[in-house]
Amino acid sequence: MDIHTYEKAWLGAALVLIVFFIATVTYGTVGAGVEMIDDSGGTVDPNNLADHERFGDPGVEQVGENEYEVNVIASAFFFRPGSDQRGFDPIRVPANSTVTFYVTSSDVIHGFSIPGTNVNTMVIPGEVAELTVEFDEPETYGLLCNEYCGFDHHNMEGTVEVVPEDQYDGGDGQ
Amino acid sequence: MTSYIDQFPEEARLVKAAMVSAFLALAVGATFGLLQVLHRTGMVRVLSSADYYTALTAHGVLLALTFTIFFLVALFTWGITTSLDRNLPSMRFAWGWYGTMVVGALMAVVAIFAGFLTEPPTLLGEELSASVLFTFYAPLQAHPLFYLGLAIFVIGTWIAGYDWFRTYWAWKRDNPDERTPLPAFMALTTMLFWWLSSAGVAIAIVVFLLPWSLGIVDSVNPLLTRTLFWFFGHAVVYFWLMPAYMLWYILLPKLSGGKLFSDPLARVVFVLFLLLSTPTGIHHQYMDPGIAEGFKFIVMVNTMFLLLPSLLTAFTVVASMEHGARQRGGTGKLRWLGKLPWRDPVFTGMALSGLLFAAAGFSGMINAGMNINYLVHNTFWIVGHFHLTVGTAVALTFMAGSYWFIPQVTGKPLWNRTAGLVQVLLWFLGMVFMSNAMHRAGLLGVPRRTAEPQYENFAFEGAIGSVGELDAQVVLGGTLLAISTIIFLVTIVMTMLGDRGEVPDNSYAGTLSGPEHSPAILDNLKLWTAIALVLIVLAYSLPLAAIVQRGGLFGPGIDGITRVLPPIDTIGGLVEWVVGR
Ligand code: HEM
Ligand SMILES: [Cu+2]
Ligand SMILES: [Cu+2]
Repeated sequence: MDIHTYEKAWLGAALVLIVFFIATVTYGTVGAGVEMIDDSGGTVDPNNLADHERFGDPGVEQVGENEYEVNVIASAFFFRPGSDQRGFDPIRVPANSTVTFYVTSSDVIHGFSIPGTNVNTMVIPGEVAELTVEFDEPETYGLLCNEYCGFDHHNMEGTVEVVPEDQYDGGDGQ
Repeated sequence: MTSYIDQFPEEARLVKAAMVSAFLALAVGATFGLLQVLHRTGMVRVLSSADYYTALTAHGVLLALTFTIFFLVALFTWGITTSLDRNLPSMRFAWGWYGTMVVGALMAVVAIFAGFLTEPPTLLGEELSASVLFTFYAPLQAHPLFYLGLAIFVIGTWIAGYDWFRTYWAWKRDNPDERTPLPAFMALTTMLFWWLSSAGVAIAIVVFLLPWSLGIVDSVNPLLTRTLFWFFGHAVVYFWLMPAYMLWYILLPKLSGGKLFSDPLARVVFVLFLLLSTPTGIHHQYMDPGIAEGFKFIVMVNTMFLLLPSLLTAFTVVASMEHGARQRGGTGKLRWLGKLPWRDPVFTGMALSGLLFAAAGFSGMINAGMNINYLVHNTFWIVGHFHLTVGTAVALTFMAGSYWFIPQVTGKPLWNRTAGLVQVLLWFLGMVFMSNAMHRAGLLGVPRRTAEPQYENFAFEGAIGSVGELDAQVVLGGTLLAISTIIFLVTIVMTMLGDRGEVPDNSYAGTLSGPEHSPAILDNLKLWTAIALVLIVLAYSLPLAAIVQRGGLFGPGIDGITRVLPPIDTIGGLVEWVVGR
């Protein structure tokens, strides 16, 4: 095949670029430890969340010295916990903590996103999304559903409060 | 002087009909686009926020599926007949697939538009509605008419593909020793990956969603139907893009006054798309639970390699334009640019599309990185990205191309070149404003697919610019785009109403390095299809098996949610709806 010299140079440069991208992302995943959402959260029966050990009584739970688990049910059109403007608890965790979210849906597909952080996942009925983040500084974040879930989707929001450690009053029953 | 209508009068009517169908979809879809821009920013809210999602469904289905694919079948029919210099075997058959597509599209559109009524009519015992967006993720459930319409539309395209293939087979029998002409090669390879990939969405619809919406099965596995959608959903973006590439490869060099740089390389590019466009779909599911990280990684590697054919295209297209400009007396390192036919809206529109497509390449690389994707997934950034790709690289190339094609299929000269030129410039400008602001808003976390991205408890904060400034740019851009669409439609209508006259010859660019320089194996479509199949099996069999193992083929008892629109008494209904579940 007849390939022009410039073409060959371009082809080579393109391949180098591609390999560079793959290497960067691989480093980001393995080296810097940006974890992906994957299949580790397991499955649930979306029709029997009330009997589930995690989702029967969703909320914040302390599991280690600075480690917390937050179990959240997304439903059209609120997060439980999270949607304080709908009368549910906000999600409240102390600063300097490692927090693992377990999120599932009781009805349709939702999104679970905390703008300003790495927290962004799809929430699929039958599946549990598991993701871990570090909250270092006290701050109040917004929480929102970023996948269309029905006529009131734009009102599906909530609050995540990262409070100073000395003001934190324990896990559940905040 | 022979135009397409002189050579193929019957086919010209079909091509014209398909293009007009595309333009009707564009007209309605763009209207919703403007409404969306005004609604999201809160400038003017014509619709209720619940109806916003019905409008967005219409926008997606009409533009991303109807407009693009009707234009594609028109273009490929032209490309096959012109490059093989051969009629379609039977015009009745051809009108048959066109009619199938029209019927399917109308069914889906009727189901969507019924969602605007306060009391939609009932059909098959269910209220008509389909406010499920063009991705129709279960358990959101549309009326069966919607799924059926989409399936029929896709089947229409399959038959069209068969029609082009049998034209090609007949040509091959008469010309056993000739290389397949480039436009035909492009149409055929594109059709091959379309068959492979749209099988996924066809299975999602026919095996799972349609029976479920009809009550024949009572549950679906939402992750499975979603994965089957994206099996098709990434390849469909190349189904939009390949006709634009075809125009860049075979028309743009001619308009520049020169020849295509390399025919063999063009073939390599299309073969790469055939191989890689389907086994990449899971990159739309980087943020999905239930899919192992390893599968996501494999797909990311495939996706990155899919950059290659687009980078090669950038090279060939620019090199061909430069060659053309130098033929016209252009000199210097960059001064040749001035010799290009910038007053020709066909050329300028396509060149500007290419420019914005290059910009889209950058945001695409961000999207493709599986862990950088956290930052942008389901934000307005994504909407900014694909309005550069499908909304400009494809749509503007089609509009500019229409200024060449409508004269070809009517025998009537373009009504007004200046109008065409203003139109393509306005689209370019409008998209620069709208898409740039969308990208930036996305980085602040502003979500897509949301009627009111204004929240009670928090506000998006930006280091660069405020949400108000970004909103203003989105509205400015959207308005320019709407004006551009109107000028386009007027120019087309006036051209079609005009008198017959002098129009350009029906021909496409020659090549500097012809097919004789490429190995014959490039034309071996059976071989490439077989490899494409193997790659699909490698990329998808394990993830699909895992998904079925986790959730079952039909899922854990998942009912459809059809009440995606509020009952008439919104507040009371909302309470009842929430409490009732
Ligand atoms: C008049 C010009 C246009 C304007 C003002 C416009 C505006 C918009 C806006 C604001 C959205 C985002 C809505 C949201 O996420 O809430 C959107 C979505 C979309 N647009 Fe456009 N658009 C235009 C033209 C096009 C064209 C030409 C195409 C494709 C050929 C297109 C394809 C899409 C698609 C596929 C979506 C996503 C729909 C979804 O999320 O389900 N648009 N458009
Ligand atoms: Cu939502
Ligand atoms: Cu994709």
